Amino acid sequence: MVRVEFLGPIQKKPLELDITNLNELAKILQEDKEMQQWLENSAVAVNDTLVSSRDVVLKDGDRVALLPPVCGG
Amino acid sequence: MLYLYEGPLDVPIILKEWYEQEACSNYGAYIPFVGTVRSEDNIEGLSFDIYEPILNSWFEAWQRRAKEKGAVIKMAHSRGDVMLHESSYIAAVFSPKRRVALEFIDEFVEDFKASAPIWKYDLKGGKRVYALDRSTAIKGSGILK
Repeated sequence: MVRVEFLGPIQKKPLELDITNLNELAKILQEDKEMQQWLENSAVAVNDTLVSSRDVVLKDGDRVALLPPVCGG
Repeated sequence: MLYLYEGPLDVPIILKEWYEQEACSNYGAYIPFVGTVRSEDNIEGLSFDIYEPILNSWFEAWQRRAKEKGAVIKMAHSRGDVMLHESSYIAAVFSPKRRVALEFIDEFVEDFKASAPIWKYDLKGGKRVYALDRSTAIKGSGILK
């Protein structure tokens, strides 16, 4: 299973999904109405490393995080 | 050297500690930036969430860049609530000569604003309101849309 976490202001509990890549995750989240506003502006990290494309293979135990727009300071 | 605190930063203490840590390191310049919560739009204060694992790796990459120039970066940030006129953020660069520190503090603070995984909320009427309009999408955002 892959754990998907939603950081900061995205008010959504973590998901445990049986997926093998980010395309599958995109499909699942695109069907989730409350995620629509976040998919466009959120970055994605796999095992705490930011990724810039969906060409990432996911395996059992991997962690994916969605990071919405940031503003420190 | 990244320091995270619950609530507001004690600016005089932190600046003094950093000064003392490097007092004998032979740096010619110590350039701090102190961020203070200002009164605007009737906010009572700000509140912050931080995602530490990615913040740490982002900071370590900057520290490596600084080291190549013989400099060192220190940063302190608040978690949770910080009220008006209190500080939530301090960054500082120490370097042998002033030019490196002046340039680094500028680049570092700008990239911090655009990339550090920290989320800001306005405190209004006791509620936390995500400051989306002042936030920046991290580079590479939107790959799942």
